[in-house]
Amino acid sequence: MEWLFFFEVSLAGLGFGALYALTAVAFVVIYKATRVINLAMGEMLMFGAYLFFGFAAGMALPVWLALVLALLGGALLGLGLERIVIRPLLGENPISVFMVTIGLSSVLVGLVEIIWTATPRSLPDFLPSDPIFIGDAFVAPKTFWSFVIAAVVIGVFLVLFRFWRGGVALRATASDQGAAYAMGINVPAVYSLSWGLAGMLAAGAGILLGSVAGISSEMGVFGLTVLVVVIVGGLDSVLGALVAGLFIGWVESLAGVYLGGEYEHLMTFIILMVVLLLRPWGLFGTREIERL
Amino acid sequence: MSILRVDGLSLAFGGLQALRDVSLDVAPGSITAVIGPNGAGKTSLFNAVSGFYRPQAGRVVLEGQDISRVTPPRRAALGLGRTFQNIALFRGMTVMDNVKLGAHVRTRTGPLAAMWYLGPARREEVRIRAEVEQEVFDFLEIDHIRRSPVAGLPYGLQKRVELARALAMRPKVLMLDEPVAGMNREEKEDMARFILDARDQWGLTVLMVEHDMGMVMDICDQVHVLNFGEKIAGGTPAEVQAHPEVIAAYLGSDDMATLRERLRGERGAA
Amino acid sequence: MRIGSPKETYAADEGLFRTRTQWAWFGILLLSLVLFPFLSNLYWLYLVCLISIHVISATGLNILTGYTGQVSLGQAAFMGVGAYTVAWLDNHAATPFVLNLLAAGGVTTVVGMVAGLPSLRVKGLYLAIATIAASFILHFVFLNWESVTGGARGMNIAPPQAFGHELANADTFYWLVMPVTVVMVLLAANLFRTRVGRAFIAIRDRDISASVLGISLPVYKLMSFAIASFYAGIAGGFYAYFFGAINPESFPLLMSIFYLAAVIVGGLGTILGSILGAVFMTLTPELLRYGVDVMEPFVDDASALLSPVRTMVFGLLIVGFLLFEPHGLAEIWRRVRRFFHLWPFRN
Repeated sequence: MEWLFFFEVSLAGLGFGALYALTAVAFVVIYKATRVINLAMGEMLMFGAYLFFGFAAGMALPVWLALVLALLGGALLGLGLERIVIRPLLGENPISVFMVTIGLSSVLVGLVEIIWTATPRSLPDFLPSDPIFIGDAFVAPKTFWSFVIAAVVIGVFLVLFRFWRGGVALRATASDQGAAYAMGINVPAVYSLSWGLAGMLAAGAGILLGSVAGISSEMGVFGLTVLVVVIVGGLDSVLGALVAGLFIGWVESLAGVYLGGEYEHLMTFIILMVVLLLRPWGLFGTREIERL
Repeated sequence: MSILRVDGLSLAFGGLQALRDVSLDVAPGSITAVIGPNGAGKTSLFNAVSGFYRPQAGRVVLEGQDISRVTPPRRAALGLGRTFQNIALFRGMTVMDNVKLGAHVRTRTGPLAAMWYLGPARREEVRIRAEVEQEVFDFLEIDHIRRSPVAGLPYGLQKRVELARALAMRPKVLMLDEPVAGMNREEKEDMARFILDARDQWGLTVLMVEHDMGMVMDICDQVHVLNFGEKIAGGTPAEVQAHPEVIAAYLGSDDMATLRERLRGERGAA
Repeated sequence: MRIGSPKETYAADEGLFRTRTQWAWFGILLLSLVLFPFLSNLYWLYLVCLISIHVISATGLNILTGYTGQVSLGQAAFMGVGAYTVAWLDNHAATPFVLNLLAAGGVTTVVGMVAGLPSLRVKGLYLAIATIAASFILHFVFLNWESVTGGARGMNIAPPQAFGHELANADTFYWLVMPVTVVMVLLAANLFRTRVGRAFIAIRDRDISASVLGISLPVYKLMSFAIASFYAGIAGGFYAYFFGAINPESFPLLMSIFYLAAVIVGGLGTILGSILGAVFMTLTPELLRYGVDVMEPFVDDASALLSPVRTMVFGLLIVGFLLFEPHGLAEIWRRVRRFFHLWPFRN
């Protein structure tokens, strides 16, 4: 085995893994605040990427403005979905809410295909394209920069989550909704906040993913891998999202190169099955105690 | 000879010791109560006997057979029937189907026979229906609601349907978790009568958790008292009432006032 | 107005249809199913055959998801297993179609039970996700086990032969698929007259209490998976015969969502719901197609909009029904029926 090649493949995997981690954080935020498993996360990500495409390529706005508008659009999408569809169902059977998000994902795919057709597109280049070397190992510049940006965004998010009022409210709601409510935290506002924040994170991840791999109406499938990531990491664990995101990215990259492209997702889902059978609450998740 | 014996049962959730070395015997044909302040471990004890909780130590013995390692459904089939503290009826089914479900442990029909609904499957269903109608519905006076969905029923009736379902299991030991909680006086009296009649008619043994001291003192043969997961007393109602540790356990807890009042009230009434 | 329906025996009161009116309606339904091919054209027969296949599969999924509460997003992949079984037997064994269909049901039952194993360990959403994983793994097998499945090219299937006739078109195929559908729906309905069906519902409503009351969760969960997969397998076998060609993309995740949508729209946990849902979800795209035809002269490229609009409408139906009519079309139907039972008195 060639170690340098292995190293390069690993780096590429970690680069992709950072995008998994970023989206997984969005997933975890929603789950922590509202206990909803959002199967439309991949489609929210896709929608964000298409917004960016629409603003930057369609309306020919400057990249920075398109970026800001797309992120805002992602946040608005999250807010809207929470307010219109999710909130009326809170407290209902979690399975219903889960199935509603499946429906939402279909709606978003249809919407994107109606507006932008199903043809795959590529996003305007905005990441630097000078080749990057770490030691002797070559890293594709887009992968490198998307990793860096994702890492920075996650860092900022972690700081907010830890110190900002909203972040504290979110954590309080996550650990005990009733107590948070009694302490004067505006719990519905926290719901909105979590979905808005997650929408923005997803849009960001979508733009990064799109600039690395292009965009299409099928890119929401990415969300399924992210689902695996959060289950492996633990649905309510930000740390788990980060670790599992990088891990799954790395494994997929290795499987894709050494076993063949068709094994990428097979590996992911085999890992999922193993985790579900051995440790269904994930590596860092909280184990829920069953009551009679 | 006891029909159900709990032997040195200890149960912990993480650091919380729910039960500590609890032993008790239930005599066949008796009505035995487990009482104690809130959080004393009464329902935990029931759940351990049902097999839902796995105790760290101790044994559960039914009719001389150690069932400590037996799964909950097998325990049900061996003769442990029960009701639940916060009514566990199946909301998607009618009263009839809920009660018929109790007969699950003593019926055999498999999926293929069920789908064709011929011969044995049909006969078994009709037999169960007749039994439920003649033995349980008439006895508990719920035949008028047999086709109602359980979800909309008043609380007292739901409790009664739950008892009906447990009776349809034809258990050897009927475990009732707070059978009269939240009922008015009239409903309580009905329930007490049903329990006594059920014992007499089918020769059941009844083990119950109950907060209503009047009821416990009235109908029970044996009373066991739990406090902080430990058994602090056991004996006839009169013995238990006089037991200093029992009085101490209830002292200071909210139940004390009620206890004393109830005891006085019941004695006055009798 | 209808008042009461006295019975002499418990057996009569346990019947699938309890009133003479119900029997009459059932008779009328059967009669119209028999007469339908003579009064209809090939296009409608084609649609009804398709609906039948969907009804079988949706009924299976409803047993698993609607009645037993185990959400599955693997129904399409299980159909794939049935379809490939039929295709393989057709290409390699030249066995009669009845045998092939039964084999499809059998093989899929086994595969479905294996895929249902995670249900012993996890439930609810985790299980739904495990079934997604199972369908990805099955898709991988369809695509890569080339010696058996023909890989990405897929396989062709000759039309079934019966009494010297080729059942190649909808007008003949109807006589094969429709009776089987009717029987399978009745079998499913019977299930819920017995202890097995009650056990399923009990697991859905309160699994732990059910277990304490004597219902073995592993046995009945796997049984539910087995039955749902058997239905999927038969439906998949019919699918293969009906279209004559299959490939790995014939059974995408979207198709599983289609079936989930069908049982939600029709009504979770009702047999009637599976039928109504399958009919509704099959006819909706046709209606959309019709709408597109009407719009063709006015909108550029209207036909290109068909597929995305369909995707979106599926999604909207799932969301809309869950939000506003969570018991589905079956509940609407019940309300209508009640109205007529009580007529002319108001409830």
